Amino acid sequence: MLGCTKLMCSLFIFSKNRKGVLNMQREHKIYNPEMECIDREELRKLQGDRLKKVVKHTYDHVALYRERMDKKGVKPEDIRSLDDLKLLPFTEKTDLRDQFPFGLFAVPKSEIVRIQGSSGTTGKPIVSGYTQNDLDVWTEMMARTLTAAGGGKDDIVQVCYGYGLFTGGLGAHQGAGKIGAMVVPMSSGNTQRQIMMMQELGSTMLCCTPSYATYLGETIRDMGIPPEKIKLRAGCFGAEPWTEEMRQHIEELLHIDACDIYGLTEIAGPGVSYECLAKNGMHISEDHVIAEIIDPVTEKQLPYGTPGELVFTTNTKEGMPIIRYRTHDICTLTDEKCACGRTLARMSRITGRTDDMIVIRGVNVFPSQIESVLVGTSGVAPHYVLVVDRVNSSDTLEVKVELTEEMFSDTVSHIEELKDAISGQIKSVVGIQAKVSLVPPKSIPRSEGKAKRVIDNRKL
Amino acid sequence: MFVRQISIYIENIRGSLRELTQLLGENDIDLKALSIADTSSFGIVRCIVEESQIDKTIDLLRENGHIAKVNNVICVCVPDKPLGLSSILTLLEQAGISIEYIYSFYKSTGDHAVLIIRPSEKRRTVHLFEENNIQMLTQAEIDKI
Repeated sequence: MLGCTKLMCSLFIFSKNRKGVLNMQREHKIYNPEMECIDREELRKLQGDRLKKVVKHTYDHVALYRERMDKKGVKPEDIRSLDDLKLLPFTEKTDLRDQFPFGLFAVPKSEIVRIQGSSGTTGKPIVSGYTQNDLDVWTEMMARTLTAAGGGKDDIVQVCYGYGLFTGGLGAHQGAGKIGAMVVPMSSGNTQRQIMMMQELGSTMLCCTPSYATYLGETIRDMGIPPEKIKLRAGCFGAEPWTEEMRQHIEELLHIDACDIYGLTEIAGPGVSYECLAKNGMHISEDHVIAEIIDPVTEKQLPYGTPGELVFTTNTKEGMPIIRYRTHDICTLTDEKCACGRTLARMSRITGRTDDMIVIRGVNVFPSQIESVLVGTSGVAPHYVLVVDRVNSSDTLEVKVELTEEMFSDTVSHIEELKDAISGQIKSVVGIQAKVSLVPPKSIPRSEGKAKRVIDNRKL
Repeated sequence: MFVRQISIYIENIRGSLRELTQLLGENDIDLKALSIADTSSFGIVRCIVEESQIDKTIDLLRENGHIAKVNNVICVCVPDKPLGLSSILTLLEQAGISIEYIYSFYKSTGDHAVLIIRPSEKRRTVHLFEENNIQMLTQAEIDKI
């Protein structure tokens, strides 16, 4: 037993040493030092000035914000500095759904040059509109992200996030273009082709979900491809929660630096925050967004270092500015200066959610979406539970539905058709493949109070 | 000219059919005909009981947490000899009617076998059998088998 403990200690020291050595040898590249290393007092002033403008802009142009502020008795003039942020009302994801598609736009539609979107909470999508300036800001955020992971114009960036309304693909694509890298827009899926192109082109950076990076790494290993055939040296992985253990696994499999990134369509997209090679939290692009941590129950601001719900306010966004957006993600913030030299505050990994949202293969899934599908396909609201697991580095979703008499019939084909209809609808509404199991009545445990709709067996 | 069948959902796990038949047996319900459709995850037990026991059976099943339904099927007599079944299947095929499932009673009536048929189009099937003088049994008649 004692021997075992000793071994663990020495391993720990070794890895710490190795990291330290790497950090010393490595220069930290910074895309925009003026902003990323800004004096924090200066930053507060900048954020305050920009906040005043964005609040005035939303008050003048977005009915919902005007109504909410009037209701709270807050006028744009009341916002004089960053300290006044706490006076402003919150925005929820449901607001984006209810105002879909253009209700929260603060500029004429002719000024909007791009729409991006993601799934909403009940099947109806949410969208965000970008002016050219918004697109430029988001592009810079991703340029900072890739640079922080060591990227530059000599890199070949393989993007295997999905391209489309989802911000992952285009976000990484734009950022990689901005730093002058060679972009390989693979989009998601087709692993064999990804690996073939990775070898032929000599891709040096990878952008995808951490679970897909693991899957790629394991496939490359299982195919027996010699490590020297893979030229990757870094990756920016996000769109789903992951762990320090997963990072180590990916780094060992692919022999790369694996950096965490965070973003959301409502605010911009990937790049809202990003890790540098110190790998010690994600730097928030605070010149463009203001981050707060609140107590999700009392809604009061919490100090740095205290875990709570992350809230974002866009600071420069024109097309669809968002005031105090409740992400429902739980994390902590720190404003300690980072080893890389950046002064931008860092957020920790997301440790949980304040609502029942789950992230499956990078897609946000709400149980209410599944419920709406069940009501739509079977005509009733059956008891159900979502079972999430991770098999071979890929998330799986099983929807267990208690059979009702309305759903039951004397023929097998009818029941099979119902199952297919449910999984087809889930695919079209939520965007992911689910296994549907019909189970006998009362077989799903009932919980007192709020029904437990999700069983997450993944080790996150 | 339909008879009433009870369909019951069961999971495809060890003991589920025994449990079900035990429940019915202990409550003096006699299964006159039985068939089981099985898939890898679930099965459908279909059975015929005496008319007087149908409602009692359904109540019993529901009380015990089963999903059960009553639906109409056709009970038909076919000559108990080679080609007996295929002659009526030919009729259905020529009429473009397909069969969801078919099963037989344990007992027969003299020289005829008794079958339960669930066709894709029930009314047309009844007309077709009537036109071709194929004997169908009523609920009262099957109670006597």
